[in-house]
Amino acid sequence: MASLDDLKKRITSVKSTQKITKAMKMVAAAKLKRAQDSAEKGRPYSEKMNNIILNLSSGISDKETAPKLLSGSGKEQIHLCVVMTSDRGLCGGFNANIIKKAKSYFTKLNKEGKELKIITVGSKGNDQLKRVYGNKIIDNISFKNSKNANYFDAEKVGKIIIEKFHKEEFDICTIFYNQFKNVITQIPQAQQIIPLNTKSDDQNNSEDNYEFEPDEDEILSNLLPKNISTQIFKAMLENSASEQGARMSAMDNATRNAGEMVDKLTIEYNRSRQAAITKELIEIISGAESL
Amino acid sequence: MSDEFKIEIVNPEKSFLSKEDVNEVVVPAFEGEMGILKDHISIISFLKPGIVTIQAKSGEEKYYVEDGIIEFKNNTLSILTSYILNLKDIEKNKLQELLKNAEEESNKPEISDQLKYLADQKVETLKSIN
Repeated sequence: MASLDDLKKRITSVKSTQKITKAMKMVAAAKLKRAQDSAEKGRPYSEKMNNIILNLSSGISDKETAPKLLSGSGKEQIHLCVVMTSDRGLCGGFNANIIKKAKSYFTKLNKEGKELKIITVGSKGNDQLKRVYGNKIIDNISFKNSKNANYFDAEKVGKIIIEKFHKEEFDICTIFYNQFKNVITQIPQAQQIIPLNTKSDDQNNSEDNYEFEPDEDEILSNLLPKNISTQIFKAMLENSASEQGARMSAMDNATRNAGEMVDKLTIEYNRSRQAAITKELIEIISGAESL
Repeated sequence: MSDEFKIEIVNPEKSFLSKEDVNEVVVPAFEGEMGILKDHISIISFLKPGIVTIQAKSGEEKYYVEDGIIEFKNNTLSILTSYILNLKDIEKNKLQELLKNAEEESNKPEISDQLKYLADQKVETLKSIN
């Protein structure tokens, strides 16, 4: 059994850890509010963008001449996976969930004999993936310096992806991120952005007759690169809200666990203190009796 | 009968502006300026750098945009743009900075014709604000 002194030291150390986790939880809560706000505010843009593209692509009669970003390169051999994670740790299962989702997708691709290329966004994902898939990672982008997710960062990532597509370095591009549902639930998502999936909901746009100026093809070829940046931006916003949410609940748990531990240690401390007193008393009494 | 329609301007960060009492909007569409009134046919087009003018009951407002897509449908005009500034709030230094960047871009030797055209448009618009 640990001595009284050791117990006391452990109690103080757990207590100071608890203080840190509590502070982190509160910081995460404040940041979460902001991240959630911007995620919600960012939604109309990406939704509208999606609608317009759906309307446009339904207006295109000849799929053959459609821009490649929409129709794909005609092959499905090389897959590019963009894994978006955070730059910081201590956020519970946030990064692990994305990685798990991505890894199971990678294994599937491997079985099908497809070629895999990875771009990681955020340093945590890179750290975890480079051990197994180090030779597949072709690029690592990190935004440690920007405080909040902003559109220009997303555009940068978008440009890199589009450039690689035009050089025919890959055929299909999928992004991995966590969708924010609520503070405790984040759903890892895999979303294919090249070629664009336009089948998702085609019930609401059949009867609209649009006038296009200039023609559909030109608008589409202008719009599609923007859409990719927008989708990435959306993923970044969702990710940052999820990250803060995950961190908040993780730190909440940690604080609670530390509290339980302090309680347990205090009881143990008191018990051994009392045992020591009882022992001393017994010694005194038996000493007196033997006289 | 009123001839007002609704306008929504959104940028990636937030919903920038929403108005219900708009009479006319002039947008810098890619192939020239375009005025939109109520009951315009459904249209999709995209913008070049320029000034969006909104004539509303509550007054006239002007915005500088760098790019964007517009969609008009059921008397709602949606403008999606990644960069928008209200001309009223624009500061001189900011303007100079934008102008300088735009000029630099248009003077790059390896730029494509389309980009060059857009950059020139930007320079022209910014100069006209000045």
